[in-house]
Amino acid sequence: MKPETKKILFDPFVDKNPITLQILGICSALAVTTSLSATLLMCIALTTVLAASNASISLIRHHIPNNIRIIVHMIIISSLVIVVDQMLKAYAYETSKQLSVFVGLIITNCIVLGRAEAYAMKNPVGLSFLDGLGNGLGYSLILISIATIRELFGAGKLLGYQILPLVTEGGWYYPNGLLLLPPSAFFIIGLIIWLIRSRRKEQVEQADFVIKKNIHRESM
Amino acid sequence: MLNFIRRYLALSNDSPKKIVFIAFALSLVCSLLVSTAAVILKPKQEENKRLEKRKNILTVAGLMKDNADIDRLFRQVETKVLDLTSGNYLSDDQATLMQKRLAEKDPGLLIKIPADQDIAQIKRRTNYVPIYLIKRDDEIDTLILPVHGYGLWSTLYGFIALQNDGKTIKGLSFYQHAETPGLGGEVDNPKWRHQWQGKLAFDEQGQQRIEVVRGKVKANSPDAIYQIDGLSGATLTSRGVNNLVKYWLSDQGYGTYLKKIWARQTNQ
Repeated sequence: MKPETKKILFDPFVDKNPITLQILGICSALAVTTSLSATLLMCIALTTVLAASNASISLIRHHIPNNIRIIVHMIIISSLVIVVDQMLKAYAYETSKQLSVFVGLIITNCIVLGRAEAYAMKNPVGLSFLDGLGNGLGYSLILISIATIRELFGAGKLLGYQILPLVTEGGWYYPNGLLLLPPSAFFIIGLIIWLIRSRRKEQVEQADFVIKKNIHRESM
Repeated sequence: MLNFIRRYLALSNDSPKKIVFIAFALSLVCSLLVSTAAVILKPKQEENKRLEKRKNILTVAGLMKDNADIDRLFRQVETKVLDLTSGNYLSDDQATLMQKRLAEKDPGLLIKIPADQDIAQIKRRTNYVPIYLIKRDDEIDTLILPVHGYGLWSTLYGFIALQNDGKTIKGLSFYQHAETPGLGGEVDNPKWRHQWQGKLAFDEQGQQRIEVVRGKVKANSPDAIYQIDGLSGATLTSRGVNNLVKYWLSDQGYGTYLKKIWARQTNQ
C-alpha cells in the first residue's frame, strides 16, 4: 500500500479521529454505548454507510449541481441507511431492536455528511471509499472503547457475559449505575480526548480569546 | 435512451434542466434501491416478528427456555379470539375469519376511543382481540392478553399474563417499542419485569388496583402487593406502562371477560 493511501485509511484512527478531534457523531456515541454488542452493530452499520456513501457520492461528483448538492448527499445517505436498517432487521433482529432509532439517525450523523462534503466531493472513488472506511473505523475504535468501559463497569458484563460478579447476584462487584446513563459517555469521551491531546500536543486547539488583565482602576 | 441521458449529463452543472434531471434520476435510482431491499427482506423480517411474538407469549407465560424450538413449544398455547364487549370467545369459524381480518388490518374493525377514556393514548382499538390460553390437563392455567399503549416516544406492544384466577399477574413483557435505550428501554430488563410476577391486579372486591409508582415501592406498605417500582430516569415511560395496563384491565379492555373468569372461579 502506498504511504498516501495508508495515511487516508489510518489517519482517522488517532490523528484525525472524527470523534476526538473533529467532535462529530457524539449523539450516537452517547446513546448506543451501553452494551458492547449493540455498539459493534452500530459501528458496522455506520462504517458501511460511510464507505458506501463516500464512494457513491465520489462516483457522481462531477455531475452534482452545486445548488442541490446537500440534498443529493442526503438522498444517497438516507437510502443507504434505510437499506442497512432493513438488513439489520432481517439478519440481526434482536440487537437491531436495542439500537431502535439510532440506526435511522445515522442519516443525521455529522461524520457521514461531513466526509461527503469535505472529501468525497473532491476525490476519486477508491480514495473516497478508503476515507469512509478509515473514518468509520476511527469512530468504531472510540465507540468500542467507550462501550467496553461502560458495559464492564456499569453492568459487570461484556457482550452479555458476566465478567465481574455483581453483589445483587452474590458476587463482590457493586455496578456503577452512572455508567449506564448517557452523561457517562460524555465524561469518558472527554477523558479520551484529554489523553490523546496530552500525547499529541498538535491537536490542542488555540484558545479563542485570552482574558486581558483589568487595567482600569475604577472598575475594580 | 443512452443518448438522452448523455445529452443531459453533458449540460452545465448549473443549468436548471440538469438540476431537475439529476434530482429526478437520483430519486429514481434511490427509490428503486430502497424498495428492492424492503421487498426482498420483508419475508425474513416478518418471520423474525412472528417468532419474536411467539417467543414473547412463551416468555411472559414462563415457558420459554434457551435455544428451544419456539414453534414446538408454542403447541401448548391455544389461541382464542375474544369479543371485548361481551367478554365471550368467538366460535372457531368466526375466529379464523376474524384473525384474517385482523392480520389484514381491516379498517372497518376499528372503534374510536372517547378521548376521556383513552388513558393509554391509542385513539382506536378493535373490539376483537386474539388472546392466548395455556392449558394444563385441559384446565386453563394462564391467560395471555395482548396490551399496547403510548410511552414517551413510541407505542409499546406487549402481553400481560394472568393466572387462572384472573387477578394475579404472572408477567408483563413488551415485544415492540422504541423507548430510550438504557432508560425507558429498561422495560425489557428481566429484573424489572420480574417484579410483576405475583402482583395482584385487582383486590377482593374486584376493584382495579395495579399501579406503577414513582420511585421504589415501600416494602411494608399494605398496597405493595399492587405496586411496581417506576423505572428510574423514565418517568413518562413508566406512566405509559401504568396507563396501558390500567386501560386494558378496565371494562374498556378485558374487564368484562375477566369478570366472567372470576364468576366461574367462585362457582367452582
